[in-house]
Amino acid sequence: MKRVVLPLLFAGLLGTGLAHAAPGHVTASHAWIRVLPGDLPAGAYVILRNDSDRAVSLTGASSPAYGEAMLHESSSAGGMNRMTMVDALGIPAHGTQALKPGGYHLMLMHAKHPVQPGDTVRVVLEFGDGSTLPVDFTARPANALDDGR
Amino acid sequence: MKFPRLLRLALLLLPLAGALLLTACHRDAPPFKLTNISGHMPDLQFQLTDDNGNAVSAADYRGKVLLLYFGYTHCPDVCPLTLAQLHVTLQKLGKPGDDVRILFVSVDPARDTPAVLHAYVNAFDKRAVGLTGSPRAIEALSKRYRSAFTREPSGKDGNYEVTHSSAIYVFDRDGRARVLSTPGTPQDDLVHDLQLLLGAGTSA
Repeated sequence: MKRVVLPLLFAGLLGTGLAHAAPGHVTASHAWIRVLPGDLPAGAYVILRNDSDRAVSLTGASSPAYGEAMLHESSSAGGMNRMTMVDALGIPAHGTQALKPGGYHLMLMHAKHPVQPGDTVRVVLEFGDGSTLPVDFTARPANALDDGR
Repeated sequence: MKFPRLLRLALLLLPLAGALLLTACHRDAPPFKLTNISGHMPDLQFQLTDDNGNAVSAADYRGKVLLLYFGYTHCPDVCPLTLAQLHVTLQKLGKPGDDVRILFVSVDPARDTPAVLHAYVNAFDKRAVGLTGSPRAIEALSKRYRSAFTREPSGKDGNYEVTHSSAIYVFDRDGRARVLSTPGTPQDDLVHDLQLLLGAGTSA
């Protein structure tokens, strides 16, 4: 029961204030940041759900806590790890898209203040239709494998 | 009554005998689950600087089972994921895992000073060692294991990425290359092979 209630509550909380900001009916869950020491860039991950009848695309992000946020994809081909910029990431109609370690992720750079594991960091996701979705990301230790929930 | 009991005992012992026979047969070639590179890759050899700023060579890690991985600290996704997974792998090994060292070799020595590496590797596991050095020394080690890395063009803010090999090379306590782990390899396979290598005893 607990598992079902929590994301619903989370989605509900997001939904109330943001209905106007995200007309695409996109909701976010399992949002977390892998915090690295010093001023090293951090990877941010989230699962996006699109409940509308139309595909939506994630085109960028920004955060008051970081100087820069970029949408990237890690890929592994021929035994080589490569990171490439992504202009738009589609979220299918009535579907989900995962930003997860080893795949799509946000790269957050130049933290304005040191971010510590346990902190909550606001990241504003930007979509192709001009809408935005503020999401609270949980800062997790470097050696975390997921959002810990 | 006596006979069936004996028979039962024999049946019970049969698999054990089989296992012993198998062990005997494979004494020279442990049944690794990962890609066996024993005899196909050279012994570990390098002259680098560790994350405490000390000059080190492969001989300094003799007696430990080693996981060699090339990466860089400004890599926000794959390198931390790999190190986090290796941390979990070592946790699964329990106490024997303390005889393993993760050697994280920087392919970005321009930015990865010993101090940066020290904070970085310790954020993942206390048994991880950060290694850096001259571009020549790092390239020599990379080439030795047919690994590769390329610095990508800088962005407008001067930041750049480094494309690099994703393999993890596993060495035994004598510094001999034994198995190769690649992304997508089941974690339990690496745990299994490390247990084999750790069980081989301290020959150093």
